[in-house]
Amino acid sequence: MDQIVLQILNGLDKGSAYALIALGLTLIFGTLGVVNFAHGALFMLGAFCTVTVNRILNLGFVPEGATTQSVGGFNFGSPKETPYLEHWFGEAAGQAIVDWSVPLSILFAIPVMLLIGVIMERGLIKHFYKRPHADQILVTFGLAIVLQEIIKYYYGANQIPAPAPEAFVGSFDFGAMIGMDAGAIIYPYWRIVYFVFALIVISAMFAFLRYTTFGMVVRAGMADRETVTILGINVDRRFTIMFGIAAAVAGLAGVMYTPINSPNYHMGMDFLVISFVVVVVGGMGSLPGAVLAGFLLGILESFASMREVIEFLPGVNQVVIYLAAIVILLTRPRGLMGRAGVMED
Amino acid sequence: MSGFKMDRRGLLKTSAVVGAGLAMPTIFTSAARAYTNEPTGGSVTLGFNVPQSGPYADEGADELRAYELAVEHLNGGGDGGMMNTFSSKALKGNGILGKKVEYVTGDTQTKPDAARASARSMIEKDGAIMITGGSSSGVAVAVQALCQEAGVIFMAGLTHSNDTTGKDKKANGFRHFFNSYMSGAALAPILAANYGTDRKAYHLTADYNWGYTTEEAVRNSTEAMGWETVAAVKTPLAQTDFSSYVAPVLNSGADVLVLNHYGGNMVNSLTSAVQFGLRAAEANGKNFEIVVPLYSRLMAQGAGANVAGIFGSTNWHWSLENVAGDRYAGTNAFVQSFGAKYGFPPSQAAHTVYCQTLLYADAAERAGTFNPCGIDEALADYEFDGLGNGPTLYRAADHQCFKDVLVVKGKENPESDFDLLEIVDVTPAEQVTYDASIFGGELGSCNPGA
Repeated sequence: MDQIVLQILNGLDKGSAYALIALGLTLIFGTLGVVNFAHGALFMLGAFCTVTVNRILNLGFVPEGATTQSVGGFNFGSPKETPYLEHWFGEAAGQAIVDWSVPLSILFAIPVMLLIGVIMERGLIKHFYKRPHADQILVTFGLAIVLQEIIKYYYGANQIPAPAPEAFVGSFDFGAMIGMDAGAIIYPYWRIVYFVFALIVISAMFAFLRYTTFGMVVRAGMADRETVTILGINVDRRFTIMFGIAAAVAGLAGVMYTPINSPNYHMGMDFLVISFVVVVVGGMGSLPGAVLAGFLLGILESFASMREVIEFLPGVNQVVIYLAAIVILLTRPRGLMGRAGVMED
Repeated sequence: MSGFKMDRRGLLKTSAVVGAGLAMPTIFTSAARAYTNEPTGGSVTLGFNVPQSGPYADEGADELRAYELAVEHLNGGGDGGMMNTFSSKALKGNGILGKKVEYVTGDTQTKPDAARASARSMIEKDGAIMITGGSSSGVAVAVQALCQEAGVIFMAGLTHSNDTTGKDKKANGFRHFFNSYMSGAALAPILAANYGTDRKAYHLTADYNWGYTTEEAVRNSTEAMGWETVAAVKTPLAQTDFSSYVAPVLNSGADVLVLNHYGGNMVNSLTSAVQFGLRAAEANGKNFEIVVPLYSRLMAQGAGANVAGIFGSTNWHWSLENVAGDRYAGTNAFVQSFGAKYGFPPSQAAHTVYCQTLLYADAAERAGTFNPCGIDEALADYEFDGLGNGPTLYRAADHQCFKDVLVVKGKENPESDFDLLEIVDVTPAEQVTYDASIFGGELGSCNPGA
């Protein structure tokens, strides 16, 4: 029983990342009709917002009279720097601010990712609205590679650790909390934080689309763009903003993911294919479908990774998501919550 | 004006003369070229085939730095680095056999096909006499086979699988780096001394060749010490989130987790293991422990503080001479030389490729030829010292180097990004030496090509 609960938790956690990325993908597809293969790169850029903030917070100066630092008895490299934060606020306060660099990065990532999204849409993607989906896929995939290489050029190919705040490092006895045996389910704090964060972002997105005028117009535009335009509403401008919001959602997913896996330039590609499967399984253009499929496939993947399952069906852990996609699409060709008429012309 | 008339005899004569003329350079070339890409001018070209893109690009960049330093030293530039401490005094700083050393580079992308294509290009278009580098066993095995066919020497870079000098060994290929067997043999006694002989291990193994050989090596060595293996689970190479593999470990009956992962796999699986509290947990009345059979500095940098206190093995470490003494002479000379040029100490990947370049050059000098068969003879059962690993043997039977192996541990309080590992022990070469026949394969005979 404890293993089942543990894998459900793991699945929800994995599904959080899938759902957040798939949500943005679906928003872009639903509003602009663009199949955005650069969406994984936006997730990666979000993660590198954290790395950037961490580096900014660690910026320092060389104190007067400092000499070249000795590394294990060898004298090379530059003199050791004193971080500005420690210089201004004292050592303890400076280190505390750096310790919270991941949550602080959210404040940095939201405007940066919104801006990146808007620039991407206005600068490149809008020129491909009337082109075939194959062209859109090619150009967005190419853009993803360019973004990856830019990040690799500035940050290197190696992973860069970005730990969670000290208060959320480590794990706790989740089993004991829900009345199971002590030690049966030990779960990391940060993964719970990530899951809760994902739920908040997803809920906020749904609330934004459901209860604001802006969201209502966007939904109307998704349903019937022509009619909304005839009513004198500038749908294009709202869809551009939606692209920025979708980029920010992917970016935030990346920011908060950094303590789970140290970011590197390739991390977006690792999620991209699975996220597209999530979108298709959920139903093209269906936001609840994307979220539901994200969590379901995350849980399925976790169960398929259990030792007992692998021993019974070797290799199933590598293909289970695609097998599930095949089965779902055979039985429900529009996906779990797909609407008629979407991608069916 | 007289018209041009050609009779049958004239045509035959002219054809014979033209044919002989066209054939002449080929005949001369064939006679002169005893082996592939024999250098005829004042320079010799080496091919550095390293990952310049893909996940190991940083490791490839460090290899390239070391290659450039080696070329500088071979051509008489810089401070000479390990040429000053190398037991062989054949290298004079005037290139190799009096020819200036030049180089070309290729990008392996850490993909066997891409690595073969770039190696082939360097051999066929650039005239590389020797190919070296790489950061993966799959790449090493593929490029080694290509070099065997092409008739050039392959001096492997970072490749740790037993197969490179085991079942896939080739007469034209040589490996300075250690292997999975040696990691297992070096680690097991240290693990037994630190964690006891009554332990239950759970292996997570990357689902590809290197993972299998490493798991096998560590299992065999630790089981021989009394450990029991409770489970071994293969993880997909492309896996990034290891939570579903790590989470069940704590309640599996195991009290040690062995991560047979390298690169990004290792960084992510170790991060997951630490997040799930394995470092702080107890099982079977003992502290739960994690072991990483193969460490690299880049991996340690990627995993950050998660490596603290975790045992593993390495081929070399820049602090070796300071920690373990003069036996490892050459280390400080190399670190000083590399650090002065680049501002930080070299990685083990940089060290092994620097050694390989010097060893190739030295073999050519001693053999008096670049002919692969001459190099083969010069390196066969060659014993040397002063390249930072202590006394070393290049065994003739499988072209594998045998030298002391370092057991290291993640530092609790590192002073810098380069100070993440500390040397716990150095296992003598005799303890990690094995019979060349145990991994099968046929070395074959050297191929000079041409």
